Amino acid sequence: MSVTILKDKCRGCRLCLKACPFDAIKMEDGKAVINYDKCTNCGACEASCRFESILVEREEKKTGIDLSAYKGVWVFVEQRLGKLMFTSLELLGEGRKLADKLGVELSAVLLGYDVDGICEELIHFGADRVIYANHRLLQNYTTDGYTKVIADLINEKKPEAMIVGATNIGRDLAPRIAARLNTGLTADCTKLDIDEEQRILLQTRPAFGGNIMATIVTPKHRPQMATVRPGVMKKLEMDKSRKGIVESVKVKLNEDDIRVNVEEVVKSAKQIVNLIEAQYIVSGGRGLGNPEGFRLMQELADALGGVVGSSRAAVDAGWISHDHQVGQTGKTVRPKVYIACGISGAIQHLAGMQSSDCIIAINKNPDAPIFSVADYGIVGDLYKVVPMLIEEVKKLKEQN
Amino acid sequence: MKIVVCIKQVPDTNEVKIDPKTGTLIREGVPSIINHDDKNALEEALKLKDKYKDVHITVLTMGPPQADVALREALAMGADRAILISDRAFAGSDTWATAKTLTAAVKKIKDYDIIFCGRQAIDGDTAQVGPQLAEDLGIPQITYVTHLEINGSTVKAHRALEDGYEVLTTKTPCLLTAIKELNQPRYSSIRGVFEAYNEKNVEVWNAKDIDISSDETGLNSSPTNVRQTFTPSPKGQGMVLEGSGRDTVCELLFKLGEKHLI
Repeated sequence: MSVTILKDKCRGCRLCLKACPFDAIKMEDGKAVINYDKCTNCGACEASCRFESILVEREEKKTGIDLSAYKGVWVFVEQRLGKLMFTSLELLGEGRKLADKLGVELSAVLLGYDVDGICEELIHFGADRVIYANHRLLQNYTTDGYTKVIADLINEKKPEAMIVGATNIGRDLAPRIAARLNTGLTADCTKLDIDEEQRILLQTRPAFGGNIMATIVTPKHRPQMATVRPGVMKKLEMDKSRKGIVESVKVKLNEDDIRVNVEEVVKSAKQIVNLIEAQYIVSGGRGLGNPEGFRLMQELADALGGVVGSSRAAVDAGWISHDHQVGQTGKTVRPKVYIACGISGAIQHLAGMQSSDCIIAINKNPDAPIFSVADYGIVGDLYKVVPMLIEEVKKLKEQN
Repeated sequence: MKIVVCIKQVPDTNEVKIDPKTGTLIREGVPSIINHDDKNALEEALKLKDKYKDVHITVLTMGPPQADVALREALAMGADRAILISDRAFAGSDTWATAKTLTAAVKKIKDYDIIFCGRQAIDGDTAQVGPQLAEDLGIPQITYVTHLEINGSTVKAHRALEDGYEVLTTKTPCLLTAIKELNQPRYSSIRGVFEAYNEKNVEVWNAKDIDISSDETGLNSSPTNVRQTFTPSPKGQGMVLEGSGRDTVCELLFKLGEKHLI
């Protein structure tokens, strides 16, 4: 097991240096050389080489898994207190796309207690089938209860892929299931696709704080599992004419199976900032200069019918709470219009907002990286521009 | 009470910058640190040690020989024992194989009541190893812990949700993952640093020591593989509007109107 560079084939193009996430390749005398202290054998360099000069020796291990026995795409549907999480609809939209590319069925896996009302909705949003596990012990999410039921269902029905929302619950559940089934799991994906030739799920996710993207595959284990970042995928329009099957499954679960008790579920008293569903987001950054600047942001957001976001810098400065934060360590958003005020555009921030339909940047510094992703930029003092913008938006709204 | 704290040495990704000319990561001079959430995990263990007399803390990490520095820092903060599991055979492990490898090490440590991990590492952001380790050990888990009370063998924790929190109870042995809201990690004392380098030692275990087979660790055993890495491409260059006066603002709104965005 090792990575070797074939010196006679290497042309010194440096592409592998770029591809290596661990800085383990250097140039020596015009040829690439591996630093084995840093190399982790990840194999990322192999794909980057255009001259077949990198050899990653992989022992062909037989997993003994019959891949062809696994069929269909599953989406884990998350409900809390009987209410469907928005991200589950996004997953159905994405799952539909994957299932169509594979030519297989899309199933929504719903666990809960007396949540029958949700089943139809899942079909309207793209599912061919709802696998519904209805049981008193599944009313609240528990790691043990949900893991057992889903792992048993997977063993019985054998889907080829399963996607789970990367929420606090999804990220508790998915690794537990993957470990129990001894299959691969890719965290927090921002893009999914199918390699149609090999019928493999391509799972793309940011790494190193969003500085690089990596495409991960699970070639020899099933199901291929991924958690998906909320706010990234698009839900389908609801189609009430869609037909599907609701399959109620038998649940084998005892109280003893659940080792962690839910004593209480406490809802946060303060208003939740709904960045993920917002159509308009007005975000402020360090360029606001002080916490009061967010009042101006709020005013513009109110005029547009949107919500306020922020950069990490403003959150770290204590100007606004973390639930407003957009970016790699905050929320990923894709509103119709994203207005970035006094935000320079660190890569962490861009990772969370660059798929917005339209990005407007207002910044004093014409060289700020935010302008590189903006559809429209205004170079100027936000304290002069934004109040005018508020006035003009209000005028426009009155006219209509 | 015996506690095992799993930590990871990571590059400080806040310091990672992109070279604007080549589009590659600039990694030179990027410092290595103990992962943030892991420090919160260690702090919570140390708080238990402050409170109760019979607490013994083992810090465990899997990594290259230079991860010794991270373990010394943990010892300086107050941990009792430090173990580095290090072997070329571990290289390229994904989260599944990492959890299997840590499981083998924890089994060798043998006695434990609580395993603390950080929720996720800033270089990988997966948040998977904690739950996978709990599954492999067959113990219950509570992730995203923001508040903790321990009474004998009863564990009561608050687990953060996006819109609030849950109050959960369980029994030891169990695995808990910490997030930054849990506490404020302490600094190591001068005395602690002295002890960490002069009086305490870091045990190093290899694959043979923890009796793990090549089917459970390293690149070839990992279910997931990296197929490709790339730097995210910036969106196409947009348009910078002239000026910053009222005309510009009106022009902007006109353009948004044209595209039915407002």
